[in-house]
Amino acid sequence: MVENRPWLNALTHLLLIFGIIVVIFPIYIALVTSTHEAEDILTTVQPWFGSEMLENYGTVLQKGKVSASGIPVGMMMWNSLIMALGIVVGKITISILSAFAIVYFRFPLRNLCFWTIFLTLMLPVEVRILPTYAVVANLGLLNSYAGLTLPLIASATATFLFRQFFMTVPEELAEAARVDGAGPMKFFFDILLPLSRTNLAALFVILFIYGWNQYLWPLIVTTDESMTTIVMGIQRMLYVADAIPEWNITMATAILAMLPPLLVVIVMQRQFVKGLVETEK
Amino acid sequence: MEKRCTFNNMWLPYFLVAPQIIITFIFFLWPASQALYQSFLIEDAFGLSSEFVWFENFEELFSDPLYLDSFYTTVLFSVSTTFLSLSLSLLFAVMADRVIKGEMAYKSILLWPYAVAPAVAGVLWMFMFNTGNGILALTLQSLGYEWNHVLRGGQAMVLVIIAAAWKQISYNFIFFLAGLQSIPKSMLEASAIDGAGPVKRFWTIVFPLISPTTFFLIVVNVVYAFFETFGIIHAVTQGGPYKSTEILVYKVYNDGFVGLDLGGSSAQSVILMIIVVSLTVFQFRYIERRVQY
Repeated sequence: MVENRPWLNALTHLLLIFGIIVVIFPIYIALVTSTHEAEDILTTVQPWFGSEMLENYGTVLQKGKVSASGIPVGMMMWNSLIMALGIVVGKITISILSAFAIVYFRFPLRNLCFWTIFLTLMLPVEVRILPTYAVVANLGLLNSYAGLTLPLIASATATFLFRQFFMTVPEELAEAARVDGAGPMKFFFDILLPLSRTNLAALFVILFIYGWNQYLWPLIVTTDESMTTIVMGIQRMLYVADAIPEWNITMATAILAMLPPLLVVIVMQRQFVKGLVETEK
Repeated sequence: MEKRCTFNNMWLPYFLVAPQIIITFIFFLWPASQALYQSFLIEDAFGLSSEFVWFENFEELFSDPLYLDSFYTTVLFSVSTTFLSLSLSLLFAVMADRVIKGEMAYKSILLWPYAVAPAVAGVLWMFMFNTGNGILALTLQSLGYEWNHVLRGGQAMVLVIIAAAWKQISYNFIFFLAGLQSIPKSMLEASAIDGAGPVKRFWTIVFPLISPTTFFLIVVNVVYAFFETFGIIHAVTQGGPYKSTEILVYKVYNDGFVGLDLGGSSAQSVILMIIVVSLTVFQFRYIERRVQY
């Protein structure tokens, strides 16, 4: 840095350590709580891990919380995974295709299509829940994976990201492809798609987290308990009249709910930061 | 910017945009227009007939003290969340920008909360503030302060603000850090030579230079607090106690799905749409260009 001041360097590290404590502490407490018996955390705080870890997680994965209808959390995670991957694959597919059409073709309704897509940027699910629910119900998609994913896969941000990226692809590539007699789809699959790899990875991270963490939408389109996703499943565990509140079970579920997206962020950190910064332009 | 070299094909481009356009129509434009239409209707108690009433639903909303309270709650909630989260992340970003050793370790851990769903973040903080066995509630109790967010509205509000701000730290941190790293080092060195200390340098050079990032983040955070925090409210307080944390999005859900007031809920949706659209337009038109020093 500009100058060397030992006390300032110490303060810097101190504040950053404070930041890390703020971030990790809630997760640590949840993790510790999930390794104890329910009785041990009724009136006291356990500062260190208990011995019930395997037992608790085994119960949670196979039986869930018995007093809250007992849906196995393993099943909830499976539902969440399918929903998240459905959203990732669906969003990427439809937006890369439409970006390709908008950038590489001239057709009469091109501008109209562009603005229609742009509009979706302004309409998050939360503001149109009731009528969207009605549409999904009329199509008979309640309690289905299609109902969970389809309404969430139209996205302007992914389309814009691909559009911007395609704009930076050198003209010569398309020209060369045309001279060599490649059709548009051959150009798309053999040149554009391989070039988009890093963007695809970045979008994968962002969209996976987005899909996995959905809450309001699964809450209203799934009434069948076998379709519960894990993030909404936790909520159902909170408000049950137990003899002993099983915080250990609830916290184990919370840990399992954050584990997959957290792993994705940790393992794919570079792509994650890239995706976050680029989808917001 | 347009491509010079394009492909010629009559039907292929339509085929390519079709999936996205169809989905947008079925799940976005059609429901949004339905919300608009229903907001002008009043249904009878059995849902058998409905009557076109123009702006009556809106007039009713704005003369309803509960709705106005919810508006006030939302503004309080989003302003506090935005302020808390932005100031903490700016502090961490400035520090992470300074630090030379262990930079990566700090950075990667500060990214974690982004992966945690709002509802889960809410549950984590709720447990720590749980009366009787939550670590923070017990600490406060030993300091002589009674914490019970199930009964006290103010405390419930503080709890959801903390949870919402915590979740957003990573996002703001990444953008602030990117903004800080784009400031030319020569500028800071020049002012250091002129005798400006670290604090003065921050307020006279760094802070003005990252103001575009700050304004961008303010809009994003307000949108986040308005809409994406539904999970936190629903899981932690359910809008209570006594509606003290009932933000607008929660009220749309509650009136529509629990209260089954179709017209009222649609009118609220329309108002929310107007808010998002104006925030988005504001962000596109003004923030990226005008705020440059």
